Amino acid sequence: MRPAPSPTPKRWRVRVQVEAGDFRLDAELEGGEDPVVVVGPNGAGKTTFLRAVCGACRPAAGTVRIGDRTLFDSDKGIDQPPEDRRIGYLPQGCGLFPHLTAAENVAFGLVGRGARRQAGRGGRAANRRRAAVALMEEMRCADLADRFPASLSGGERQRVALARTLLPNPEMVLLDEPLSAMDAPARRSFRDYLAAHLAERNRPAIVVTHDARDVRALGPSQVYVLEDGRIAQQGRPERLAASPATAFVAGFFAE
Amino acid sequence: MLALLAVPLIALAGASSPTDLLAGVRHPLFGPALRLSALTTAASLAVVVAAGTPLAWWIATRPRRRVRWAESLVDLPIVIPPAVMGIALLETFGRGGLFGPALAEAGVRVAFTATAVVLAQIVVSAPFYVQAAAAAFRKVDEDMLIVARTLGQSPSGAFFRVAVPLAAPGVVAGAALSWARAMGEFGATLLFAGNLPGTTQTMPLAIYAALESDVRAAIALALVLAAAGGLLLLPLRLAAR
Repeated sequence: MRPAPSPTPKRWRVRVQVEAGDFRLDAELEGGEDPVVVVGPNGAGKTTFLRAVCGACRPAAGTVRIGDRTLFDSDKGIDQPPEDRRIGYLPQGCGLFPHLTAAENVAFGLVGRGARRQAGRGGRAANRRRAAVALMEEMRCADLADRFPASLSGGERQRVALARTLLPNPEMVLLDEPLSAMDAPARRSFRDYLAAHLAERNRPAIVVTHDARDVRALGPSQVYVLEDGRIAQQGRPERLAASPATAFVAGFFAE
Repeated sequence: MLALLAVPLIALAGASSPTDLLAGVRHPLFGPALRLSALTTAASLAVVVAAGTPLAWWIATRPRRRVRWAESLVDLPIVIPPAVMGIALLETFGRGGLFGPALAEAGVRVAFTATAVVLAQIVVSAPFYVQAAAAAFRKVDEDMLIVARTLGQSPSGAFFRVAVPLAAPGVVAGAALSWARAMGEFGATLLFAGNLPGTTQTMPLAIYAALESDVRAAIALALVLAAAGGLLLLPLRLAAR
């Protein structure tokens, strides 16, 4: 059974230290049920950070906690594998499976063992497809259901990939530039959809973006600025815009 | 160059009339050699795929500098002449070899048996499979495997549902190449398994034996091998697209 949405606001807290060659990442983020935005220049460690949170790479030290679940704790030797974390991850390149249609991609998360545990074997192929297409309809991309990723535009891929991330009802989502390939009108409407979707389901999210308008639309409580593997500044977006601590922050909000 | 590659094959095809071919196929060496080649290459291919796939996956998913030694080890049998591999196998499994005494105690004889044929084929053909499969696995986008895991797949689930379908063309091409190499294996087999009709005399060895007595049989055997090779080009070409 899926746990019912908790009546008390869910808090999450993540601290990861990753060392890879010369690069050192040491960042601590926390938040609640409204999205948190991470911004930063290329190579600052944003993708490494998201990978560490979802369990794709093992931090040298740190903790990952969502609500009362500890997913990673280097001191206690806890390291849950990605399939048990219930964290949705949308990588920057979307990572759509090229050998599956858009609908099969979206339904993919209903096939895994975690999904089966929840749905109690009811996850027959037809049901999975129905669930996938229903969500795609909500996201206005159901017409793409039977197309293969190679024939989709960048923006269409992002819609499909986002649907795939959201369908299995993860407890938290990590979105790496989820809107970057969309054209301006699609981006506007999709920003609002994403903000509404996340707010409606009280779903914690970490969204990486390089667009200040995404930050405004998502209305995050916290923006974290990641520069060179560390948090250079954090705070409410208005505060960051008003008193930027680094040249990057000033430039980001000046757009 | 193209002529040099093609003319000998055309000459081979032209060297034989249908009656000669029929006589060759009826030659006493032909049937057993064909059967032995089919069985031993099927066995060696099965071992190569079963043991080579995990190795290829391991090589493809680890940081390159940490697997370089393994990659070099895999490449060795390609650059070392088959005859040398044959001697090396004798020194390992032969009566006076490394495992010789232990095998003798267990009452197992390896050298000059069909097992030796299979072992020789595995050693010379596995590198082709492992190299091709590792290259194919390496091309699978890491993000896709991560996404598959976050969507609830275990490591093996992500492997079979994502990596295998995406790498399949390259893996199949590698298997075909490796099988062709096993089919043509001559040097290591001759030294390690001998040339005993019915037990260790595969098609290439039968050509060698037949050439001394009946050229027609040798040509018939050669044509069958050439046709098998031609058929193999099909999956290879398909995979290359």
